[in-house]
Amino acid sequence: MNFKHKFVFLFPGLFVLIGILIFPIIFTIRLSLSGWNSYTPEMNFIGITNYIRLFTDDPRFWESFFRLSFLSVSTVILQYIIGFALALMVWKEIKFKRFFRVIFLIPMMTTPVIMTVIWRTFFHESLGPVNDLLGHIGIGPILWLSDPVIAKFTVIIVEVWQWTPFMFLLLLAGLLSLPKEPFLAAAIDGASPFRKFVYVTFPLMAPISIGAIIIRLIEASKIMDTVFVLTSGGPGTATETSSFYIYIKGLREFQMGYAATLSFTYLVIMIISLTIIAKVLTKLMIKE
Amino acid sequence: MKMKTIKTCVTALISALLVFSNVAYADKWSDQFPHIKATGDIPGECSYESMSKKDYSGKTLKINTHAVPVMGEPTALHAEQFAKLTGAKVDVTHTPAGDLYAKAMVPFQAGQAPYDIVFGFSNFINDWRRYLAPVPKKYTDMKQMKDVTPSHIGIASWDGVMYQFPVDGDRHYLKYRKDVIDNPEYQKKYKADTGKELKVPTTWKEYGEMAAYFNDWDWDGDGEKEYGSAEVMKKDDLMYAAFYSRSAAYSKNPKTPGGFFFDLETMTPLINNPGFVEALTDWVAATKYVPPGGINFGLGDEIGSFGGGQTLFSFSWDDAFVAAMQPDSPINNKVGAAQLPGSTKVWNRKTNSWDEGFNQAPFFVWGWAVGVAKKSKEQEMAFDYLCFFANEANHQADIGIGRFGVNPFRDADFQADVWTQIGWDKDIAQSYVDTLAEMEKSKNRVFPLRVPGTFEFNAALATAAAKALAGQLSPQDALDEAAKQWNDILNRVGKDNVRKAYSVGVAMEDNKL
Repeated sequence: MNFKHKFVFLFPGLFVLIGILIFPIIFTIRLSLSGWNSYTPEMNFIGITNYIRLFTDDPRFWESFFRLSFLSVSTVILQYIIGFALALMVWKEIKFKRFFRVIFLIPMMTTPVIMTVIWRTFFHESLGPVNDLLGHIGIGPILWLSDPVIAKFTVIIVEVWQWTPFMFLLLLAGLLSLPKEPFLAAAIDGASPFRKFVYVTFPLMAPISIGAIIIRLIEASKIMDTVFVLTSGGPGTATETSSFYIYIKGLREFQMGYAATLSFTYLVIMIISLTIIAKVLTKLMIKE
Repeated sequence: MKMKTIKTCVTALISALLVFSNVAYADKWSDQFPHIKATGDIPGECSYESMSKKDYSGKTLKINTHAVPVMGEPTALHAEQFAKLTGAKVDVTHTPAGDLYAKAMVPFQAGQAPYDIVFGFSNFINDWRRYLAPVPKKYTDMKQMKDVTPSHIGIASWDGVMYQFPVDGDRHYLKYRKDVIDNPEYQKKYKADTGKELKVPTTWKEYGEMAAYFNDWDWDGDGEKEYGSAEVMKKDDLMYAAFYSRSAAYSKNPKTPGGFFFDLETMTPLINNPGFVEALTDWVAATKYVPPGGINFGLGDEIGSFGGGQTLFSFSWDDAFVAAMQPDSPINNKVGAAQLPGSTKVWNRKTNSWDEGFNQAPFFVWGWAVGVAKKSKEQEMAFDYLCFFANEANHQADIGIGRFGVNPFRDADFQADVWTQIGWDKDIAQSYVDTLAEMEKSKNRVFPLRVPGTFEFNAALATAAAKALAGQLSPQDALDEAAKQWNDILNRVGKDNVRKAYSVGVAMEDNKL
């Protein structure tokens, strides 16, 4: 085949790639070098002024980033542990296996924003049912949304509830695809369920686990809707995450140029940190 | 004598015809449009009768407004009525409050006009005015416009040019439970326990003492605990407006004209002076007498909490008061209105000391505002729609429905009869209209910040205040942080740009406009 013909076939894909990935990134970089805002609505060139501001005079962004790291890592760890436990449960031959599989998936099928509104109602400190129920046994009222520490855990609860089914689904698919031979060999050797899990199941599941954890980390690091609806980043800035902060700067305060700077910096940090996390996980979980 | 009798008869006949023809119109239109059944159509340039003579068949009017119900519901209702009367097609898009600014601003900056009419808040005016068509003289000269209070004409205008069509009038004032404050038993008990009089609080300190006293116990005998105060404390949910309301008494000194937010001469932010710090200190103390979770209350929560009978006090816009006075409210006719509390001292930035003595300053918080896009091809129809929206019959019906978010802004609204007709007790109606009218007369008013970068300034202040409320920073540190950010914003926007815009608001505050 002529070399040029290959390009003809590549063009559609290349065109789409440029349109949906390359152009937006280049545009964001260009926008980040401008001072576009509500009073200067133009793509002027201000050099790296926005980047200097970000690295020298915006502790709120970095605080929100570290808060995000805490929230996303802790939610994904919890989702992995609970998701793995549930997957192991329905992997075995138990009664109503199909029923449980469907039940466990329900949270993921609901609309996150709607569910967060419902959670917010549950956790409403003075009018919600959670404090009302706890009050009957002499506990509370617990400040689910208005205590700076507890509010973080409330966000974690909602995120874990919403997204554990996704982890469960990936891990269950992994478990169902595992070869039977290693388990038969372990059974012949008389391995206990615990040793079977530690020496057979977990190592065999490692590649799938890494994939599932990375996918969830990417998603969790974009956490926005839960925070927006549940706490609006409050109380104070206690639950503000990077994406919520970028939203405020871009679409509330209309600092488009600066929001682009934050977005691009955030993208670079995420690419680097997720690459490192993937390498570390591979080293820890997959033994040669 | 005969001639006189004939004249009298003719006059009586003409009068009768005029009166009955009006009633006939009223009946005719209120039959078709039950929304105005209380008044019928009221003659005017933009009445139902007048609009029915317009023909906009084949034309489409596009409107971006707030989500239902607040302002979104009346927009949609009047759009439907307007379409029926004129034959126009009206497309209404509903947008959450936080996105109203960006939804209009993005196409504005791109030179487009996807909406003929855009709803927003009156403090958008400085950013939006270059993209809005001034309200034509034909409308500013109309009878219905002549009744708009000077304060609200000022809020809708910039440098004497009206860009926003008045449809709403907003201000913050105190709402209280009349059945508690006026209750002789509670007055006696309060006196015995505290040594002080139980009365409508005139200072923020009194407000705090009473709210703390009536906090966390069942004072209305419904089996549920009640609390001291419901306030908008949630960051990014208009909480900055609540903070300005609390700050006005401590910081708006009639002896020091020339700026409340900045010193107009030097453009030094004033938000970390001892007056504002005192207000924030009071506010931090208020976190102890709000309902559980009150630190996260947005406007909706505040309306629900006070309107639902959960708290003794509240202060914000009219909506909560009107909602509390609706027939289905558990505290219908049990609430009172009064001016925002004041203080016994006010900061003097010239002498750098406190001036002792009572001070009070009403805060004319921005209200809903609406304008017509300069690039709209249907400007005439758009202005007709807005004029129809705010015609006298619609306005009278709208202001009696709390969820609509349409509040008084006309002199005629400050008559108690308007409110007693919809079921309010005479005393309450009188206290309500007196409160609003007194604010109009005050010479020590605070108007919203309307400068380039308004959003940045308010967001910086809200974030700092929220940190103080959450205990992350002390009031002084929080406001110092906000003041530093205000200086950064000033440097980015340009001090002269901000000064030029701010001077318009200062002139209004200093009673020069």
